[in-house]
Amino acid sequence: MARELLTGNAAAAWGVRLADVDYVPAFPITPQTEIIETLSGWYSDGTMKGKFVTMDSEHSMLTAAGAASATGARVFTATSSQGLLYAFEVLYSVAGWRVPLVMVNVSRALSSPITLEPDHNDILSARDCGFLQIHTETCQEVLDSVIMSYKLAEDRRVLLPVLVNLDGYYLSFTREPVEIPDADKVKDFLPQYKPDHASFHASGPMAQGLAVLGGYIYSYFKYQMHLASLNALSVHEEIAEEFYNLFGRKYGVVEEYKLDDAEYVLIMSNTFATKGKAAVEKFREIGCKVGLLRLRVVRPLPTKKIQDILKNRKGTAVIDQNISIGYGGIFYSEIAALMCNEANKPVILSFICGLGGKDISMKEFQKILDDTINASLTGNIPGTQLLYTDVEWAKMKHLLDVAGKPVI
Amino acid sequence: MQSDHTAYKRIKDISRDEFILPGTTVCAGCGGLEALRLAHKVLGNNVVFVNAAGCFTLLALFPYSPFKGSWLYTNMASAPAGAQGIRDALDILIEKKRLRPEEDLKVIVLAGDGSTYDMALSATSGAIYRNLDFYYFCYDNEAYGNTGMQMSSASPLGAKTTTSIPDEQSPMGTKFHKKDIFEIWRAHKPPYIATISPRHPVDLSEKFRRSMQFKGPKLFIALSPCPTGWLYDPSHSAKIARLAVETGIWALKEAVFGETIHTYIPSKLKPVEEYLSVQGRFSHLFVPVRQDETIKKIQDEINYYWNHTEIQK
Repeated sequence: MARELLTGNAAAAWGVRLADVDYVPAFPITPQTEIIETLSGWYSDGTMKGKFVTMDSEHSMLTAAGAASATGARVFTATSSQGLLYAFEVLYSVAGWRVPLVMVNVSRALSSPITLEPDHNDILSARDCGFLQIHTETCQEVLDSVIMSYKLAEDRRVLLPVLVNLDGYYLSFTREPVEIPDADKVKDFLPQYKPDHASFHASGPMAQGLAVLGGYIYSYFKYQMHLASLNALSVHEEIAEEFYNLFGRKYGVVEEYKLDDAEYVLIMSNTFATKGKAAVEKFREIGCKVGLLRLRVVRPLPTKKIQDILKNRKGTAVIDQNISIGYGGIFYSEIAALMCNEANKPVILSFICGLGGKDISMKEFQKILDDTINASLTGNIPGTQLLYTDVEWAKMKHLLDVAGKPVI
Repeated sequence: MQSDHTAYKRIKDISRDEFILPGTTVCAGCGGLEALRLAHKVLGNNVVFVNAAGCFTLLALFPYSPFKGSWLYTNMASAPAGAQGIRDALDILIEKKRLRPEEDLKVIVLAGDGSTYDMALSATSGAIYRNLDFYYFCYDNEAYGNTGMQMSSASPLGAKTTTSIPDEQSPMGTKFHKKDIFEIWRAHKPPYIATISPRHPVDLSEKFRRSMQFKGPKLFIALSPCPTGWLYDPSHSAKIARLAVETGIWALKEAVFGETIHTYIPSKLKPVEEYLSVQGRFSHLFVPVRQDETIKKIQDEINYYWNHTEIQK
């Protein structure tokens, strides 16, 4: 075991190296490029055995990744933002092939307007395709999640690909001390991939992804994927336990931060949850019982777990770093839906923040808490609110003025 | 690496074994399927088809497949990338001794002209650029056949399709010229490119045999007479395939590392009218008013090709 300062991207690459991945088809996109550059170096200098191949697009990249996985290799690839969307139709194909590849998505907001900074509309656009989704907060969690994801994806009860998500810039380029597990120990945890369900070879002809005509056939296969995805919850629990015993780090399907006695719960994901935890600390200092629930395994969504955590609380604020245009926060809609039939449910408020990397300040956390307490006391629940500070608004007005556009 | 098959000189040199079982879901008289049937006899059993969405996607319909080999359906724009993944994975697994060399497969993209000429052109260019060792079989029926015959960039000048219906603005129907996919591939300098026709089975078989000695991208563009789209009786497929070659509109040729030779040169070209007049998709060129100008334009282009192409045999 070694301890090194690694960026989130480098941590992802280390996870791939330790997972002894055979094949990486790649296409560059900011802020993900460091992952594939690192892997390219390791394949070319012989550190990793197998093949790194530069593809002509993300659409081709993911097709090659899925096809190689269907042939029996352990496969990795990575993308971000528009790249994920360019590969979008292939996400559904690959998930339908039931192949256990792992893909990292480094979250970046979507055009237009084009930007480089993160939010989660990219990864959440892929939430319904059949890939499992794990959203990470720290560089260590990125490395560990990549390794755990192969074990999860390759489990017979699951056999679905996995997307590991990390925030662009906030995590992709942040260096943190990371423990790099011993390769031999990882090998014990994650043995070589030996597909017993499907692989292309001469003595066992196989037709994969073939057409179905008849909705009842299609429905059967889609529901099988749904059930397999749900299986991943208990399989994750087993894997997390084994991982903890070997490496001393424990990952739940969600992270519970100071929730034991919490009356109010902030729900967040990814790196901004770190800011949320800092806010929880400050609120606790002034005697306010606040905790944080961090969504980690987003697909399958651990519905029962979240219900158990939220019931009997006074108020919950879902802080979405995404926006479903014409609706509002995506996580808010999911949390609200899973609580709708629960007795003793808290009031649930919806906030949008962090779009395109927009920061979130303590003042904004204070507003979130004030609104939530107020709503729990009065029953007046405000609609979805975009968090935006006075300073930001003043700056934005200035930019519009420079651009010669009316200020609305 | 020399293929151990015998050279194909006569029809009886072609194997009598069948590799595609009868009773498939494609249309009666499908010229593309006949070309594939013949090709498969040369390629043998150990193949994996990587299929782009198109007519042939319906060949493998759960829970049936007419193939003795393997099959992977991919998206319309990325079958060559699917071939890349399978080829690379087979190579890696054999190299790492996780797969015995005798388990290896020939990787064959199976795509229509819509995918080949249009949507997958980028992925194809990438695969050739990377010198991927694969076969690309394009069944070219000159339109988006599976969706009901809309114009593709393989649709020839003067053809009627459901998105280039002859009208006052464009009485000739398709007013664009068919993309020259042979030359687009040739510009990439792959080891082997050929055009084939189901009516020339010996030529077709010999081309597949020859191609097998090359490692790298190998393209076969199969003329695929299409009764439902070209609007003729299914029993006429062979006749129409023959006329395409005899009128010179479908040149049988191959290019080895960019050097083109014609493998069959009709001694005297038949007038293209003989080919056009037996298909409903060109009927508007003859009735109610004969469009001499368009027919001449098509004929002139064929003449130009055969007069200006360096013809070698």
